[in-house]
Amino acid sequence: MKARIKITLKNGVLDPQGKAIAHALDALGFDGVGDVRQGKYIEVELDETDPAAAEDTVKRMCEQLLANTVIENYAYELEGS
Amino acid sequence: MTAQAVALTPELVAEHGLTAEEYDRIIAILGREPGLTELGIFSVMWSEHCSYKSSKVWLKTLPTEGPQVIQGPGENAGVVDLGDGHAAIFKMESHNHPSFIEPYQGAATGVGGIMRDVFTMGARPVANLNALRFGDPDHPKTRHLVSGVVAGIGGYGNCVGVPTVGGEVNFDPGYNGNILVNAMCIGLADADRIFYSAAKGVGLPVVYVGSKTGRDGIHGATMASAEFDDDSDEKRPTVQVADPFTEKLLIEACLELMAEDAIIAIQDMGAAGLTSSSVEMADKGGVGFDLDLDQVPCREEGMTAYEMMLSESQERMLMVLKPGAEDTARAIFEKWELDFAVVGVTTDTGRLIVTHEGRIEADMPVGALADSAPEYKRPWTLTEPPAPIAVDDVPAPNSLGETLETLMGSPHLCSRRWVWEQYDHMVMGDTVRRPGGDAAIVRVHGTTKGIAATCDVTPRYCAADPKGGGKQAVAEAWRNLTAAGADPLAITDCMNFGNPERPEIMGQFAGCIEGMREACAALDFPVVSGNVSLYNETNSVAIPPTPAIGGVGLIPDIARASDIALKAPGEKVLLLGAENGHLGQSLYMDIILSRREGAPPPVDLDAERATGDFVRALVREASVSAVHDVSDGGLLVALAEMALAGGVGVEIAPYGGALPPHAILFGEDQARYLIATDRPEEIAGRASQAGIPCREIGTVGGETVSLPDEDPVALDRLRNLHQGWLPSYMTSQ
Amino acid sequence: MKASVIVFPGSNCDRDVAVSLEAATGREPAMVWHRETTVPDTDLIVLPGGFSYGDYLRSGAMAAHSPVMKDVVRKANAGTPVLGICNGFHLLTESGLLPGVLMRNASLKFICRDVLLKVARNDTDFARGYDEGQVIRIPIAHHDGNYYADTETLDRLEGENLVAFRYCDPSGELTDAANPNGSQRNIAGIYNAAGTVLGLMPHPERLADAALGGTDGKPMFDALVEALH
Repeated sequence: MKARIKITLKNGVLDPQGKAIAHALDALGFDGVGDVRQGKYIEVELDETDPAAAEDTVKRMCEQLLANTVIENYAYELEGS
Repeated sequence: MTAQAVALTPELVAEHGLTAEEYDRIIAILGREPGLTELGIFSVMWSEHCSYKSSKVWLKTLPTEGPQVIQGPGENAGVVDLGDGHAAIFKMESHNHPSFIEPYQGAATGVGGIMRDVFTMGARPVANLNALRFGDPDHPKTRHLVSGVVAGIGGYGNCVGVPTVGGEVNFDPGYNGNILVNAMCIGLADADRIFYSAAKGVGLPVVYVGSKTGRDGIHGATMASAEFDDDSDEKRPTVQVADPFTEKLLIEACLELMAEDAIIAIQDMGAAGLTSSSVEMADKGGVGFDLDLDQVPCREEGMTAYEMMLSESQERMLMVLKPGAEDTARAIFEKWELDFAVVGVTTDTGRLIVTHEGRIEADMPVGALADSAPEYKRPWTLTEPPAPIAVDDVPAPNSLGETLETLMGSPHLCSRRWVWEQYDHMVMGDTVRRPGGDAAIVRVHGTTKGIAATCDVTPRYCAADPKGGGKQAVAEAWRNLTAAGADPLAITDCMNFGNPERPEIMGQFAGCIEGMREACAALDFPVVSGNVSLYNETNSVAIPPTPAIGGVGLIPDIARASDIALKAPGEKVLLLGAENGHLGQSLYMDIILSRREGAPPPVDLDAERATGDFVRALVREASVSAVHDVSDGGLLVALAEMALAGGVGVEIAPYGGALPPHAILFGEDQARYLIATDRPEEIAGRASQAGIPCREIGTVGGETVSLPDEDPVALDRLRNLHQGWLPSYMTSQ
Repeated sequence: MKASVIVFPGSNCDRDVAVSLEAATGREPAMVWHRETTVPDTDLIVLPGGFSYGDYLRSGAMAAHSPVMKDVVRKANAGTPVLGICNGFHLLTESGLLPGVLMRNASLKFICRDVLLKVARNDTDFARGYDEGQVIRIPIAHHDGNYYADTETLDRLEGENLVAFRYCDPSGELTDAANPNGSQRNIAGIYNAAGTVLGLMPHPERLADAALGGTDGKPMFDALVEALH
């Protein structure tokens, strides 16, 4: 199955890249742009077919490597089997 | 539909950039019609980029030899002797078009490519430089291109851990549609451990290492045809993405393997990838190659032989190993987590035979592929240089001081700090002179010797007078190295021009080469490597002729290297070299009067040599505390740069002589240097004996650049103007 | 002093720091490949600068999981001094030996230049060669040097005197203008509670040789030799 993982900065953590994007959108004439936060999107192909086991694996991947939980949140979806 | 089934129509041949005559020549060589893969192979081997078909007749006229030259043009890079068993290996190469399309990745892959050319010869890259030319600052694309190119160069070099120590950045409307990104790399090797590309020996393993092959950079026109198959959109060649991390691993793995006795020949898979690397290695070794494409590590599914042979995926190398060395080599590359595959064997057939999925996809004679590329002496018309402009025809400004401020705060002369602070210019721990002076200096690791390096050309001179401009570019590189205290050794050239099929462009090329030839010969400053980039034009508007010169010199003792910073108040500043007040094609005329007129300053190579040798001797005996060559902007700009670098002012003495002050201060006469010294009389006396004009310009001290009969210009104000333009331009919308 | 420099794929200041260590100690440090599972008997572990794993994913994130790091953490916790410079500082935070993270510079640009640092304390083996409050000039070269931690952690770092160096102006003032990367409270380097693990973004090894234009980094290596000989 495939895990689709999103890594985002926690609320309150300064996001200079997000700020720059907001600034650029504004400069391009997009009105009404509020806060912009950027993050990472990661797809992982897994051999695992059992959803519960896959979920456990993905969670550990996020905790141990993919996200830095000091500043980042993660969310994931599992797809297919 | 398979590649075999594609009919080779005249249109398809034309899309491969081959003329009907060239196609007939292919048929004559093969004795039959080529297959598609074979057509692709001929097309890239005979491309301007690989064959130099328009430029070769001219390049052959350049001086390439000297006692210091270990390897001249024709290998991956040039090699010069640094003494004590050390050699410097260097080259400059263009990545213009890709950088215009995608500035970050284009510039980054350019840096990666030139480093591979250097470490493939056994050198550890120790310094990167680059010559960048952008369009008018007001052009809507310029800011985006500057930002992307600079980030890309930094992103690559910083990650690989090779310092980017120098170069040049210019703005000119002539580059609006075609920017130039010329990257130079210098490596350091043991003079007796240099690796070449000749695959000598039969039955030897041909090994592929590095990244996997994808559909990167395959020639657009040839792939666009829907004949390939229906989902060709997915196969559309993509922008090449740089992977500096893999390059770093590749450097370490290659250098580790080179320390073993395992490699016969090695070559970077650069432009035209597997094709040009295998043909060149086989040709130089006088052997054939049997390649089994089933063994090539691929990143994408279902790649055809055509695609694999033409892919320009980055960070790949081809090697021919000694018998029995595979295991050693494989262990090293696996340690560095890089792909390693035996993809072929050298043969005695003299043919390149490419097999894929059980079919022979190409079977062609190596020698004919490499050596029978067309060579054209294209029609050319020399640019007639304009008549020199008289000093009296160039009006003086209202204020010399305000003119200095305008020049120092102009896009052309302002500080490039914003650029080079984005480059790690100190990694490797040997950067003796950081960017911002005449030449960068990196120490030869573990010694007290230094390598000095610079990039120079003045395209507005070349446009007015190609021959004079070519001469000036070489002379200025020589002068910058000399000003740092180096013995100039050799150059690499990156020849950027428009469409060579237009006689006036070919004339610019021929003129620049002629000027370079004269200067290289007179200054014992041979060309050891280089690159040609033609067709830099958009809607029939060509770039200004831009023969970028990368110069390399040797500093015997870095303790006796000079820099441009004024230091001790009370010292005198002397000008060495003749003053003729030449204002034609000067920045004064260009920026202040908005006129590009007249002939560029003449270059007297005898005077260059005599003055330069004199200055170098002063540096070596520590008679001077600062040295700066006088170039763009003239005397006053050079003086201001010295004052800003040292954080101490200068008081300029009354001018004297017959020339008007604006010609003295802003004229761009060549073969001149400013020096600061506490022994002005002694040096003036020696200069006079040597027949070198010498004049006292002023006295170091204070916090201003003070001019006779005018309000002084405060250094702080000058610094703000000089440092301010680029950051403020880059952050404005 | 026996020093060990850990080499990761993509490390690129390993040689530079080895040169500074050798100049100070008179002996070559051990260069330890990241796949080793133990660091040989050593007085000092150095995690060098560079772009381990290309700084892909997050700076230092992947190298923090290299086999050798288990032993580095073990030895650090047992009191072996550890110096993490630039990417080595990233590794120290990613492996939990030091708190906080280093985010993208506020300017979003890579910055390479000399900065001024105020020495916050000089009672450690790393800083004994400096005076407390001394202003030293050391280069930075990074894209991700913007030190971030939550307020509680920052207060604790300051309360327990664990800040090692702060970005300052020539008079030692901690101004915003002197802060090159947006680091909270101008923090350039921090210690663990025992003062035996130091992570800092600036590169002391880059100005430890007069030929390169300065020697303000040298006292750090000399002090380590003095303490650990």
